[in-house]
Amino acid sequence: MATADSTASPAPAGAPSPLAGAEGLRTAAPSTPLYDTWRRLRRRRSAIYGMAILGALILVALFAPVIAPYAPNTVLIGVEPVRPRDNPCIHLLGCPADQPQHLLGIDGNVRDLFSRVVYGAQVSLFIGISTVSFAIVIGVLLGALAGYAGGWADNVIMRLMDVLLAFPALLLAIAIVSVLGPGLRNALIAIGIVSIPAYARVVRASVLSIKEQDFIAASRALGASPWHILFLRVLPNALTPLIVQGTLGIASAILDAAALSFLGLGAQPPTPEWGSMLGQERNQVFTAPHLVFFPGVAIMLTVLGFNLLGDGLRDALDPRLAQVGIKIR
Amino acid sequence: MHRYIFQRLLLALPVLVGILFVTFALARLIPSDPCRAVLGERATDAICDDFIRRHGLDKPIPVQFAVYMGEVLQGNLGNSIRFNRPVMDLLIERLPMTMELSLAALTIAIVVGVPLGIISAVRHNTTVDVVTMVGANIGVSMPVFWLGLMLAYVFALLLRDTPLQLPPSGRLTSGISLPPLTTTWHLELSGAALNVVDFLSNLYVFNALITGNWRVLIDALRHLILPAVALATIPLALIARITRSSLLEVLSLDYIRTARAKGLREWPVVMKHALRNALLPVVTVVGLSLGGLLSGAVLTETIFSLPGVGRILYDSITARDYTVVQAFTLVIAIGFVGINLLTDLSYAYLDPRIRLS
Repeated sequence: MATADSTASPAPAGAPSPLAGAEGLRTAAPSTPLYDTWRRLRRRRSAIYGMAILGALILVALFAPVIAPYAPNTVLIGVEPVRPRDNPCIHLLGCPADQPQHLLGIDGNVRDLFSRVVYGAQVSLFIGISTVSFAIVIGVLLGALAGYAGGWADNVIMRLMDVLLAFPALLLAIAIVSVLGPGLRNALIAIGIVSIPAYARVVRASVLSIKEQDFIAASRALGASPWHILFLRVLPNALTPLIVQGTLGIASAILDAAALSFLGLGAQPPTPEWGSMLGQERNQVFTAPHLVFFPGVAIMLTVLGFNLLGDGLRDALDPRLAQVGIKIR
Repeated sequence: MHRYIFQRLLLALPVLVGILFVTFALARLIPSDPCRAVLGERATDAICDDFIRRHGLDKPIPVQFAVYMGEVLQGNLGNSIRFNRPVMDLLIERLPMTMELSLAALTIAIVVGVPLGIISAVRHNTTVDVVTMVGANIGVSMPVFWLGLMLAYVFALLLRDTPLQLPPSGRLTSGISLPPLTTTWHLELSGAALNVVDFLSNLYVFNALITGNWRVLIDALRHLILPAVALATIPLALIARITRSSLLEVLSLDYIRTARAKGLREWPVVMKHALRNALLPVVTVVGLSLGGLLSGAVLTETIFSLPGVGRILYDSITARDYTVVQAFTLVIAIGFVGINLLTDLSYAYLDPRIRLS
C-alpha cells in the first residue's frame, strides 16, 4: 500500500510540469512591478535581515500571551520567592532549579521583565505604525496639494513645513506633549505632527516631477478632473519614495516615542513600553543594569529591523540607485 | 554668489517669523494658569490678578504677540518667571555647555565617521566594509539614552579603579572649579561685552585652554567624553554610511577611470580626485545631524546630569516657565535655521552648478 501511495504521489506533481514551464515563461515576460520589487528585495542582504527581525517581532507581538510566562503587570509578591530587581535566573545557565526561572530578571515592582519586554513588542509596533499612518495621511494631502496646485498654496504649505522643520524633532515633540499633556496618545500625536514635513516634502517632490509628464497631459486632454488626476494618476506613481520614507519613519518614530516615554512624557506606567521601562529604572543602572539593558536591546533590534528593511526597499525600489549598485559591482 | 546668499537669507525671513509665532503660541497654549504654576496653588485671586497684569498676560493675544516680537527684536528675552532672573543670563550659563557637548560630539562623528566611510568604500565588500556597515546600522538604531546609561555603567562602574575609568555625571569633579575669564584677567566689563566674555568663560574647555589651566582642562575633557560619545554615535554612523555610498558612486565615474589610466596611484586618486566630489552629500548630512544633536542633547544632559540647554528647557516646560521656554526654543530654532543656511551656502560654494542654476 505504501509503495502504491509513493508512486501515486509523484504522478500528479509530474503531470503539470509542462504547465509549470509555461507559467515560468508567463511570469518572466511581463514581470509586474510588485514582482520585480520582490525579486530585487530578495537579493538585498539588509532587506532579508530586516524582514527576518520584523517577522520575529510580529510573531512575538501576536503570540505574546503564549510566549510570556506572566501577564505584563502581574506582581509576583507572595506568588514566588523573588525580590525587587532580582538578577536573571536561567536554569540552563546554572541557576539553581529550586528558584523560579526569570529569563531577564525581576523589575523594581517585582514583575517578570521578560514578560514585560515581550508585551512591549505590541506597544512598539502600534506606536510605529499609528504615528506613521497619521503623518502619512496628513503629509500626503499637504504635499500633494502643494505640488499639484503650486502658487501661493505651495508657498504657504511649504513655509509651514519649513517652520516645523526648524525645530529639532524631539524638542518640538516635547513642547507639543507639554501642551497636550503627558500620555501615550498625546505622545503619538506629537510625534505624528513632527514627522509630517518629511512626507509632505517627499510627496511634493514626486508630484512636481510626475505632473509634467505626458500621461498626465493626456489625462487632462481626456477631460479628467483635477482630483481624478491627482489621486488616481499622480499619487500612485509617487508611492515609491513614500514607502521607503514610511519604513524608515517607523524606525525614528519608535525611537522618539521611546525617548518621550523615557522622559516620562509618553507611555505611563504600568504600560509595558520599552522606553518607559528603561526610564523608570534608569537610576538603578549601577545596581540592576539588566533592567536598563534588555528593554534597550529590544528597542535597538526593532529599530534596526525597520532601518534595514527601509534601506533594502530604497535600493530595490529606486532604479537609479539600483543601477549605481550594479555599476559598482 | 552674493545674490545667492541674499536670496537664501530672504527665504529664511518668513521661517523666522513663523518660528517666533510658534514659540509664542506654544508658550500660551501650555495649559493651567502661569500664576499658580509659579506662585503655587494657594496664591489668592488678588495676587494672581496683580501677577497677570505685571506680566502683560491680560492683554489681547495679538497685542501680546506684537509686544513679544518688539522685545525680541531689541534683544530683550524677558525674565524667567521661575528663577526671577533675566533669561539672557540663563542662556549665557546654559548655552555654552550644550555647544561644547554638541561640538565635541560632532568632532568625534566627523573624525571617526569620514575615515571609516573612506576605508569601507575603498575596501568595498571586504570584511572591513561589512563590519563597518553592520556597526553603522546598529549605531543609527541605538537609543541615545540607552547608550549613555550603558557607557556610564561600563566606564564608571565596571572599569572603576582602572586608568579607563570616566566620570558619569557633571562638568567638573567636585572641588575643582574654573574662575570666569573676567576674574582671571581682572577685567572690568559691562553690558554686551560682559555677556560675551561670560559666555566664553562658560565654554570650560575653551576657558581652560586659553588660560593654560591644564588640570581643569583634562578634568573637563574627561567629563565630556562619555556624553559626547553617546551623542556622537548616530551622526557618526550616518556620516560613515553617506561617505561610503557617495565615494563609491564617484569612484565609478569616468574621470576616475581616466585618472587611474594616467597611471596615478590609488591613494591620490581616492584622496584628491574622488573625495573632494564625494564630500558634498557628507556636508549636508553633517548640517542635518546638528538638529539631531540638539534633540539628543536633551537626553544626554538628563542622563549625565549636565546643566545645559536641553535640561533647562525640559524643566521649564514641566514648570510652565513661559519666558524661558520661548527664549530657548527661539534660540535653538534660529540656530538651526542658521546652520541649515550655512549648509546650503557651503553646498553652493563646493558645487558651482547649484549657485549658477
